[in-house]
This record gives sequence, structure tokens and C-alpha cells, in this order.
Amino acid sequence: MKVTGTAIKFGDNIDTDVILPGKYLVLINPRDLAKHAMEGLDPAFPEKAAQGVIVVGGKNFGCGSSREQAPLALKYAGVKCVIAESFARIFFRNAINIGLPAIECKGISAAVDNGDGVVVDLEAGKVQNVTKGKTLQAPKLPPFIVEILADGGLIENLRKRLKKK
Amino acid sequence: MNITEKILAKASGKTSVRPGEIVEANVDMVMVHDLTGPLAVEAFRRIGMEKVWDNQKAVVILDHQVPAESVKVAELHKMMRQFAKEQGIRLYDVGKGGICHQVMPEKGHVLPSTVIVGADSHTCTYGAFGAFATGIGSTEAAAVFATGRIWLKVPSAIRVNVEGKFRKYTAPKDLILHVIGKLGAGGAIYKSVEFTGSTIREMSVAGRMTLCNMTVEMGAKNGIVEPDETTRDFLKGRTTKPLAPFESLKSDADAAYEKVVDIDVADLGSQVACPAQVDNVKPASELSNVTLDQAFIGSCTNGRIEDLRAAAEILKGRQVKDGVRTLVIPASQEVYRQALNEGLIEIFTDAGALVCGSTCGPCLGGHIGLLAPGETCVSTSNRNFIGRMGSTQANVYLASPATVAASAVTGHITDPQELEASKA
Ligand code: SF4
Repeated sequence: MKVTGTAIKFGDNIDTDVILPGKYLVLINPRDLAKHAMEGLDPAFPEKAAQGVIVVGGKNFGCGSSREQAPLALKYAGVKCVIAESFARIFFRNAINIGLPAIECKGISAAVDNGDGVVVDLEAGKVQNVTKGKTLQAPKLPPFIVEILADGGLIENLRKRLKKK
Repeated sequence: MNITEKILAKASGKTSVRPGEIVEANVDMVMVHDLTGPLAVEAFRRIGMEKVWDNQKAVVILDHQVPAESVKVAELHKMMRQFAKEQGIRLYDVGKGGICHQVMPEKGHVLPSTVIVGADSHTCTYGAFGAFATGIGSTEAAAVFATGRIWLKVPSAIRVNVEGKFRKYTAPKDLILHVIGKLGAGGAIYKSVEFTGSTIREMSVAGRMTLCNMTVEMGAKNGIVEPDETTRDFLKGRTTKPLAPFESLKSDADAAYEKVVDIDVADLGSQVACPAQVDNVKPASELSNVTLDQAFIGSCTNGRIEDLRAAAEILKGRQVKDGVRTLVIPASQEVYRQALNEGLIEIFTDAGALVCGSTCGPCLGGHIGLLAPGETCVSTSNRNFIGRMGSTQANVYLASPATVAASAVTGHITDPQELEASKA
């Protein structure tokens, strides 16, 4: 599974309250959530993300609350994948579960600038900066996680598995 | 093995597990609330199953935006009530419960040695009772509704060993802020944080909950304390289920820890987390230049009776400073009633504080007590992120109930020791 997009970079400890402020948690439609993605840091983010971007984060990306609305907002705003030095665990699980690829890759912050073209091969754990001609090797995602992503999220994956039984 | 490993091994039908191993665990209890529940219900419907795997093992708690503050929220609450009714799931409605992490143990849903997942990041609070408890998202909660199982990576562990007696006016909140300041906001990502030592053994259930509650602010998967007689006393009358023998819930002498942190609380002073990261921790005494617009005593971190007593001790016979609106919110209906019996509510109202019904309230900036741009709040809750309590241009400082109460009195951040000293 490969994903492609231009990079938008953020720093360390990007928390779910800036990714999606608590006051929007009453919104149920993911397209409404998307309008407020990253509002805590950059209200223009949804506009920038619309053509399909890859979010590059530092350490502990997505720390804070368990709100799944955070990765949902990113996904529907146009984020194709989140690459970070490390993730807060609930954000990571939530992203996978809603079908937003998330991959941990040491050194990613230094290897990518805003606007660089990035290609991620999820099975192989390869992160390529096509603008700079650099490739980083990330730990591979376990096959069952790639399968959840390929199915489009945990619910679709579960439906498939329950049907097989 | 340590306690966390023992619980995960048992829950996944294994004799032993090691850090990094992925296990499929049976879930003993799953909780959703009014903000994460609706998405979970939607996801559950998409799975296409009619009934949850075990309706005795699921709980719905309305707490984040209660009573409903808008028609939109009222609709979501209605949806959760309907779901609970149709599934035969226990629901704690407005006036019947309180904040989820207080209600779960109070009502006997948290037992030592069980695996509990909740669609809320502070589910890790229940480690205070020797349970393995961790936060998940809504979709995952739906999957647990359907299957009763969840995959988990066995975490490596950090042991925080605490010795010494707290000084007057310092509390478990000061301890956990100190630990977070030391280890950092990402200092325990994916890991288990186990609290040991004589200070923990002597600590109340309330204090242990405060510690475990905030382990997620270091990125931890779970926080945990060995269950003991204090745990047993708390659970008495709250559950009819037999308790697992506590002897099997001790970490082995040769259990492996990635790191051991030793702390002596004897010389720990009042601590404050400054904006906008929980690990930005400073002594309260250094922050007297921070003037306040709001003070908040409550939340799943510090809304228990012990916390209200600590705040009342300081507010008794005093007035909160003009210009500092002070909100006190008991963590549950049970805590509220007890505060009423003990005369604490009277002390708060006499001091000029507003006591609200049990809810998450301003903690997450979704409902009541929000901050305007440029305003500053000192709070007993657990997060001070940008925008957490309202405007993205507001500042939130986190502290213990005693520190928040003392600060409400003076109008600026105040070490309670200093306030008391000034009286003498
Ligand atoms: S009190 Fe605050 S931290 Fe606790 S559950 Fe409610 S919103 Fe979350």
C-alpha cells in the first residue's frame, strides 16, 4: 500500500486539543470536523490540506485525549498519512482504526521540509522524500495493521472477518 | 512478571507474556461516555451486529456535557439512552452518576486483575485498583462491543518508587506533576507506569487514582498500583463479585523494569504545570506573578471528597478574591452528597465559589466555565493544552486542590504553605 502527498510539518507533542478542539466534539459528520482540523495551531490548515497532504510530526504526535474525531478531522481534511518520530498510542490506534495510515519514522523531521513530495510504502516501511531524493527506513507495520488500513478501517475489517466465520 | 504482565497473560490465556508481544485479550469491562459514545454506536451499527457481546460488561456514562447545553448535545444524549436501553446496558444518567472515572470504581465496575478499556484517555485511572485499564477510541470501543476482545501490545514498564511522608498542603497531585516534569510528556509512551513504595502503600484510593489518572500525560498505556487492604476497604459494599486473590497481583521480585525512578516526597513542595504542556512544571512559589481570572476545583483528577476537603480547609472563613470566579465541581453525585453532609458545600458557597452539579465541566472546554482570550485559569484538572478550557489564547495552570484554593484567595498563583504562613 503506497500513499503520496506534499508534506506539512509540525513540532513535538502536538496534542488532540489543537488537532481538534473539544468544542467541536459534538459534530458528528466528519466533513464538519474537517473544517476545524488543526485549528489550535493553524486555522488555514484545512485549506492547505485539501489537495492531499502528508502530515509530518515530531515526538509524541497526537498526545492527549482519546477523541477519534482528531484523526477523523485530519483524514477528511485531506491528510493521506501521518508520519511522526513517535505517536501517542491512542492516536495511533485511532488513526489505523479509521483507516488513516500512521507510521513511526525516526529522523523524519530532519529529512523533510514543508512542501516536499513524500511517498510512503506502508508494507515495506519505506518513506521517500522525492523532492530531496532521500529515503528513510521505518519499522514495518505488522501485517494485520496493513490489512486494517487496506480494508479502509477496523469496522470494514471486522465485517470481513465476521463474515468469514 | 510485573502486575500488568500478569493481568495481560491471564486475559489472553497465556502463562506468561513479555514486553513487545502482541496479545489478544478478553475484556472485562468497556465504557463509553457522551462524547465518545455516539461515534462508537455509529460504528457498532456499521458492523451490522444486533447485540453487544455481553451487556453486563458495558457501561455508558453521561458526564462531559451534562446537563445538555444545546439541542445538538441533547440529541446525542438521547441517542446514548436509546442505545443503552435497547442493549440492556447500564447507563448513568444526569444526576445518577458523575464523571465516568469516578463513577466506574464507585459503582463497583472496577475490580483488581480485570482488563478494562474505555473510550476516554483517562481510563488509566482504574490502575489505582490493580486493574489493567487503558483508553481507546470510539471505533475500537465498537469492536469491543462486538467481540469482547482487543489486541494489545504488552508494554514495557517504568517503576516509580515513592518513599517519605507528604508535607502539609502537598498531595499526590504535586507528586504526579513532579514525576511528569521529570520524565516528560513523552517519557512513558506505550509504557506501563507502576507506583510502589511506602508512600503509595499508605496513600488513599483517591490519591492513587490521581497518580494513575495522569500517567497518560506522560504517554503511558496504563498506570498501576498493587491492590491491598485499602483497595479492599474501598470496594466493600460496592461489588458483590468475588475478588481475585491479591497475592497473585504482586509484581515478582525479579520483574523487569526499563527504568526505576526513586522519589522522596518529604521535601516536595507544591507543583504547578504551566501552559501549554503538562511537563512544564515549576514550584508554585515561583509563580506568584501569575494573576488569575478563574479557579477550578474538580475533574476526574481531583474532584473527590479528599480533594474538596483539602480545598475547603483553605477556603474556610476566607473569601475568593474579587475577579477570580471559582468553580467547585464534585466528581460524582456520591462525592457531592458527602460534601454536603460534611458542610463543605457551605464553606465553598460562603467563600464566594460556585458549586456546580457533577460534570466534567470546564476541564475540556466544551460546556461550562470556558475561558475568554487572554484569560488565565488555575485548575485541578489534568491538561493545560492550547484551547483546552476554551479560547486558544487563554492560559491554563494545573495544580493541587490546596494550591488552587490558596490561589483563588489571593488572586495569583500561591503556594498554600505561604498563605498559611502569612496568617500566623
Ligand atoms: S474530567 Fe476532564 S479529563 Fe476527566 S474525563 Fe472529564 S473531560 Fe476527561
